[in-house]
Amino acid sequence: MTGPNVEEAITRVHREEWAQVVAGLACRFGDLDVAEEAAAEAFVTAAERWPRDGVPPNPGGWLATTATRKAIDRLRRESQRDAKHQEARMVYDDSPPEPTGPVEDDRLRLVFTCCHPALAMEARVALTLRQLGGLTVAEIARAFLVQETTMARRITRAKAKIKAAHIPYRVPSDEDIRERLAGVLAVVYLIFNEGYLASEGAEPVRVELSAEAIRLGRLLRTLLPDDGEVAGLLALMLLTDARRPARVSRTGELVTLAEQDRHAWEPALLAEGRALVRERLEAVAAGGDPPGRYQLLAAINRVHTDAPSARDTDWSTIVALYGRLLLLDPSPIVRLNRAVAVAEVDGPGVGLAEVDRLAEVLDGYHAFHAARADLLRRAGRGGESRTAYDRAIDLAGNPAERAYLARRRDQLVG
Amino acid sequence: MLRAFADTGAFNERLRTDGHLVFADGLEAPTTATTVDGRGGKPVFTDGPYLETKEHLDGFWVIEAADLDVALALAAEGSRACHGTVEVRPFRSGGSV
Repeated sequence: MTGPNVEEAITRVHREEWAQVVAGLACRFGDLDVAEEAAAEAFVTAAERWPRDGVPPNPGGWLATTATRKAIDRLRRESQRDAKHQEARMVYDDSPPEPTGPVEDDRLRLVFTCCHPALAMEARVALTLRQLGGLTVAEIARAFLVQETTMARRITRAKAKIKAAHIPYRVPSDEDIRERLAGVLAVVYLIFNEGYLASEGAEPVRVELSAEAIRLGRLLRTLLPDDGEVAGLLALMLLTDARRPARVSRTGELVTLAEQDRHAWEPALLAEGRALVRERLEAVAAGGDPPGRYQLLAAINRVHTDAPSARDTDWSTIVALYGRLLLLDPSPIVRLNRAVAVAEVDGPGVGLAEVDRLAEVLDGYHAFHAARADLLRRAGRGGESRTAYDRAIDLAGNPAERAYLARRRDQLVG
Repeated sequence: MLRAFADTGAFNERLRTDGHLVFADGLEAPTTATTVDGRGGKPVFTDGPYLETKEHLDGFWVIEAADLDVALALAAEGSRACHGTVEVRPFRSGGSV
């Protein structure tokens, strides 16, 4: 095998096997630090040896074995130094782990450990990207625009808490899996959204973050194939990401859904997302659990992407879906989105009346002022629209979004 | 208040039966606290609690639990029983929380 091919193989194996290797080691040694460092060392060894010796027939198995040996070496050194009986015992303990939950997959335990509610949200995000995604600390720091030392400290603190506070490495019991899973899905969706529309910085889109979130979504779907919300979140991310090629213009300006070139959307992602939404609709129709938040958001996105043009969008279905979402999540953001859809069905005046009711709670949110500016413009109230655009531009952190809002404001007459 | 005492008593009893309880008791009001700093040459005694805040520690449980999930579930029950917030903090030594 030639050089570049080996490099490609290592990159691919890293993507596919990292989480499995880390999770397997974490399960055996009960220590995320040991697991992560041994996995990283094994990949370094692979990068040295494979170009010379060729890629082994079972790369995942090779990595797992190598990483286990590295971990044992490390624990031996430490147990000699500190005489830590427990760690020494783990070295020789080959007994299979206790059954720990409804789903027997080490990676799933790793997900629930990294996303434990006792950890701060930002620590959950960082740990998930590190332990499951295999991103380096430097990559994660870059993605969230913080210093590498800051991110390293954050991850170290989270791992120390896992150890000191005895956060268990296991899948929660059946009864609280649903509750705990909502937190896991929130972490993945947060990673996706930060990639899809970066909240700050010079880059409007961070492809690697949304790609990573989709990969995590696919992994969760493999691990929990029967969960409707897992399918819903994956569908939502696929249907949203499919529109990415049409979302930012060549001049770096955000292109809204209505103005996007629908032929530029990714057909494969759309098809996969639609199929998942269909699967969920059928499951609900067959008497399954009613759809949760992500399934409803995915369904809304499916209505958008089903329309051959923006004019053909089935807005009344979208209003109805937002209405159902409001029952689950009566937040001002959901009410704002519903109001925008209402404006398409009943006219900008009706939508505006609903939007204005949210003025107090959403005053600091750029999308509120952007939506209001657009409705005021359509209602023929140019002066007020200009003020609302100014406020939205002030609050928006994304450069592509600011460029779009500025152009719309400057197009106002009167 | 009486309700909280009764509920907490019942919760303590359950902790005892299930083998989680090591020790539990309430604390007198923060006005009865004295802060001691013995780091200098002569110890300094100051009237009042270590931290002057609106919230204060009312009491504590020392429990045995297999892991944080068990401890958090018990803390949630304890919080409901005593009608207050509960902070969970592991002991530095020992394998239990």
